[in-house]
Amino acid sequence: MYEIRIHGRGGQGAVLAGSILAAAIVNEGNYVVAVPSFGFERRGAPVASFLRMDDREIRQMTNIYRPDCVLCIDPTVGRAVNIFDGIKDNGTWIQTSAKTLGELAVPDKVATVGLCDAVSIALEIFKRPITNTLMLGAFARTTGLVSLDALRAAVEDSDFRDAGLRQNLLALERGYNETVVHKIEKREAA
Amino acid sequence: MSAVLKPKSKAIVCDGNEAAAWAVTLARVDMVAVYPITPQSSLVEYLAKFVADGKLNAEIVDVEGEHSVLSVLHGGVLAGARAYTGTCGPGLAFMFEPYLRTPGMRMPLVMSIVTRDTLTPQSVWGGHQDAMSVREVGWIQMYCETVQEVHDTTILAYKVAEHRDVMLPVNVCHDGNYLSYGAARIELPSQEEVDAFLPPPSTNWHAALDPSRPMAVDPLTGGAGGPGPALFVRYRKGHCAGMQNALAVIEQAHEDWARIVGRRHAPLVESYRMDDAEAALVTLGSMTGAAKDAVDAARERGQRVGLVKVKTYRPFPVQAIVKALSGVRAVGVVDRSVSFGWNCGPLFQDVIGALHFAERRPAAMSFIGGLAGADITTDHFGAAIERVQALAQDGVVGETVWLNERD
Repeated sequence: MYEIRIHGRGGQGAVLAGSILAAAIVNEGNYVVAVPSFGFERRGAPVASFLRMDDREIRQMTNIYRPDCVLCIDPTVGRAVNIFDGIKDNGTWIQTSAKTLGELAVPDKVATVGLCDAVSIALEIFKRPITNTLMLGAFARTTGLVSLDALRAAVEDSDFRDAGLRQNLLALERGYNETVVHKIEKREAA
Repeated sequence: MSAVLKPKSKAIVCDGNEAAAWAVTLARVDMVAVYPITPQSSLVEYLAKFVADGKLNAEIVDVEGEHSVLSVLHGGVLAGARAYTGTCGPGLAFMFEPYLRTPGMRMPLVMSIVTRDTLTPQSVWGGHQDAMSVREVGWIQMYCETVQEVHDTTILAYKVAEHRDVMLPVNVCHDGNYLSYGAARIELPSQEEVDAFLPPPSTNWHAALDPSRPMAVDPLTGGAGGPGPALFVRYRKGHCAGMQNALAVIEQAHEDWARIVGRRHAPLVESYRMDDAEAALVTLGSMTGAAKDAVDAARERGQRVGLVKVKTYRPFPVQAIVKALSGVRAVGVVDRSVSFGWNCGPLFQDVIGALHFAERRPAAMSFIGGLAGADITTDHFGAAIERVQALAQDGVVGETVWLNERD
């Protein structure tokens, strides 16, 4: 079982991103459970959603406390909450950021970092900083756990129409192509 | 999002509210009355959308409050309609008066309770307190573990409710938040399969209006004189008999579902890894998945522990509970609600009440967790298993354990 925690802010579509990713995973014949975090979500407030995938039926309908992967679709929410809370050893962090790897504080437990300047790309495509489908492309590129084709099919099956659909398909593609994946060598124990 | 995948595939990804809405659609419900309330809202919004899209050929009545929701459906059922609604928490409280009347009138409607903790403190999150608060009112209650079970049970419920030996309303309870918004891959049955399983309602004219046979519905009954006392007892005994009949009907309905649709759910209680167990957890609803994973982990450590999930809560399956638990030394019952009268969980009371009829009575203790949206994780269940294992050894029953007390 592979556990993913998606961090974002209310209004960015973190929950929708979870749904699209879930549909893509099922499209490829796997099982999935997606649980959004609950509360009175407001625009701009930190939100999280939780997604488990496996090649067999998944039984736990709970939040995720020890993720294999943290997918963060907002550049600054990491200042408000500890997005790395409970991340497993050799974990994967996928982050929207204009910064380079050297400018970011990478926790010791993280072994793979996928960076995508999704905000800048979103401003070009949507004229607004909507990063969710971009970061699904970044997820596919970084982890290889779902194909770009399956994500494309899931976006096409979603409620996006016409120009919105074309923009989101482009966002997916650019998120995939413009993500830089860094493998971090095991650091010496202190 | 409704992500219907390849046209020939029946696998979709949806949350429990959408799964229930698909079930209502496949059950060819005639009439739906709605008043949205968190965490049920998206369920009735899906139904409104399905009607607008032409998928569901039902009359939607958009009323001004939950009291009217159920009252309107009474009229529909008396006219022979297959009827549906869903609610939770404060909405359930507001419909309490017609809610009481529904089973006594032997109206076979189905209502989802998308369970929510009750006031107060103010809370909009999941918990079984709302459904538990109406557990002695004479409705059938079934609790679901997974999104798939929400879907299947919502269809099954009509087969149970409309059976002539039952003729009672059914609450299909699915956990607010964890199942209402939690999404999973599910398999939708075809319309042909559901039609084969659930024929059109055969209107029972004892509970429906017939212009050629006018009758008074629910006239004043009872009192200390005349035919009152015996007549009132007759209604109550008939209601109790219908509830007891439901046990066999629920089993048969699940059997029919397995035969026609090819998917089997335990109808009354499910025993998981109970064969040589000396300790057992008893669970209800969506918590069960994490509990099963915790049982697997304990088994890997060599602990002889199993799990019994209660699916049908009202009528309470006394014999099935006794059979499932009579071989163990200790039982830990995990409730997602509180019995204020007894400082323990309500399911715990029912389980130890049933175990009175067991030849060898296991020691039992009460765990309460998952109130107001709190999570019950595999770690919580791991700790609960340790406690129940200790109870199996020393037989010393402690105080009720509140699983989220330090979260």
